[in-house]
Amino acid sequence: MTAETASTSRVLPPVDRAPLRRRKWRRAGVQAACVAITLFMALPLVFIALAAFSGRAALNEFPKSLVPSEFAVDTMTSFLAGTGTVPALGNSLLVGCYTVVLSLLFGAPAGYALARHTFRGKDAYQLFVLLVRALPIVVLSVPLATMFLNFGIYDKVVSVTLVHTALAMPTTVLITASIFVSVPTDVEEAARVFGCTKLDAVRRTVLPLALPGLAAASIFTFVLSWNEVLGAAVLTLGHRTLPAQVLASLAESPQAYRFAGGFALVVPALVFIAVMRRYLLNMWGSTLR
Amino acid sequence: MAEIVLRDLVKTYPGAAGPATDGVSLDVADGEFMVLLGPSGCGKTTLLRTVAGLELPDSGQIVIGDRDVTYLDPRRRNLSMVFQSYAVFPHKKVADNIGFGLRVHGMAADEIRRKVSWAAELLQLTDYLDRYPAKLSGGQRQRVAVARAIVMNPDVLLMDEPLSNLDALLRLSFRAELKKLVNELGTTTLYVTHDQLEALSLGDRVAVLRSGRIAQCGPPTEVYDQPADEFVGGFLGSPPMNFLRGVLVEDGDTLRLDVGSQSIGAPRELRPYLGQHIHLGIRPESMVAAEPGETKGTGVLRGTVQVVEPLGSSVLLTMDTAGQQLKVQAPAGFRVDPGSELALDLPVDTRRWYDPESQLLLEVR
Repeated sequence: MTAETASTSRVLPPVDRAPLRRRKWRRAGVQAACVAITLFMALPLVFIALAAFSGRAALNEFPKSLVPSEFAVDTMTSFLAGTGTVPALGNSLLVGCYTVVLSLLFGAPAGYALARHTFRGKDAYQLFVLLVRALPIVVLSVPLATMFLNFGIYDKVVSVTLVHTALAMPTTVLITASIFVSVPTDVEEAARVFGCTKLDAVRRTVLPLALPGLAAASIFTFVLSWNEVLGAAVLTLGHRTLPAQVLASLAESPQAYRFAGGFALVVPALVFIAVMRRYLLNMWGSTLR
Repeated sequence: MAEIVLRDLVKTYPGAAGPATDGVSLDVADGEFMVLLGPSGCGKTTLLRTVAGLELPDSGQIVIGDRDVTYLDPRRRNLSMVFQSYAVFPHKKVADNIGFGLRVHGMAADEIRRKVSWAAELLQLTDYLDRYPAKLSGGQRQRVAVARAIVMNPDVLLMDEPLSNLDALLRLSFRAELKKLVNELGTTTLYVTHDQLEALSLGDRVAVLRSGRIAQCGPPTEVYDQPADEFVGGFLGSPPMNFLRGVLVEDGDTLRLDVGSQSIGAPRELRPYLGQHIHLGIRPESMVAAEPGETKGTGVLRGTVQVVEPLGSSVLLTMDTAGQQLKVQAPAGFRVDPGSELALDLPVDTRRWYDPESQLLLEVR
């Protein structure tokens, strides 16, 4: 066959643009859904923020305006000046960070073992690890409170940290396991051939490569700890975490206080996510998306 | 620089039906390029990993130089490895990848820099030293892996299918480059591949593995020309060796192999097999195809052309001879239509004889 005969001059049917139109519609639909979900998530946050930074009078206005009519900090200041608020904020941050550290310290090695080794009872172990989450926190908290009283660590940051670590452990183990699975084995083996001990190889190759995943796991853990209220409420009295403090004073507080409390609860979690996001999406010149 | 001695290596993975390597013994001389060749699952990678220390053998011994390393940690064996997937460290720049082993061994920074630039020069990576592997092509990444391996000045270089992830053209050029590089360095090399062309072109010697055992070990030409058994003949070559089944009969004071109604001369050393079935092995490119009637003699078989495949550098014919299929490689200009009859000349010195039971090569001469 020669070049001249490669195409003929036959009459072709017109180009059918219907699939193209359908694709456009589908994409518009997806966009609309994204916007709807974003609004669903964001609007309450916006209203809380608005309420937290409005004066008393603006709080009772209806309909609400989406832009603040006046910027007033007195709601926030009165909330922050309330007894126990600032210490509770500090407690919550401490508990959250300790929980992240502890759960990674114990959970990540377990996840690594699940990812890299086959051992007897592996499936049973994975199931067993999840069992903690099967018990309601309230059921766990009461006997734990008694135990902590006996040990003399009741109403302390460390006791809440321990409970939150226990709660976060199953997800930490399973999330880190799936992260370590995605780190290729031969990178680790290469490190061993080129002079590393097994532990060294993990430290020098696997951990840096797992960092984005570990960041994601720590976000999850931090937010879990930050939002956890029932266990913290049972296990503390004088040294409450912020959610427990807000919960305790919710009933006898004015509406403005609630909004300020809500805002104070949301912001640190958002900041933590924003910081960790950097590690999630962009590492070593390769963008994970 | 050191030789490698493997003795009776047996390794069975937990839960596996049979051993991955089944009593492998192999001597690799100092500075030799030894290729382990075999189909997937033949145990060649396991063997390499056992030498590397990434797997421990169930029994047997590994000696590198004069040192027993059978159960030694990988890092103490003074060897380097190039992985099939490159296994470069994505979180380190090219320079740090190449210098990784040196740094782990605590070498001084300026010494590392000097050696890294030497290795980078050899593998044409000098312009890429400041890049992350994610910004490199597959071929460049494999260069980094090779540079990382040779910069260690190892006793032994292990390569696990280093070219198999590269595209065909790149594979061809890198193959020659690798051969030149390893030749110049003179490092003892153990090279695993399933690609017979790679094995034949690179190896000083080729060890063909089959289900955990070495089927044949020898120089590439010998392994190709004198396959020790039908497996090796059928694995090496593209298309592989043909095997014709026939009965050995006496014809006066000579022997001949009856294939259907046709026959072909056989050497007298095969006399013990008189009256029995025997296999004749012949390479597709050894046979000469011609119009019937042009050639006659004891070395000619006739067959019908079934398929004609022009391959550019040659024409591949699929022939039917007395109900048995033969692949014949004819010169590029050869023209024939399917269905026509051809005469095939089988030169005496290209015929190989195999025991149909053991499938082993029968010595004739």
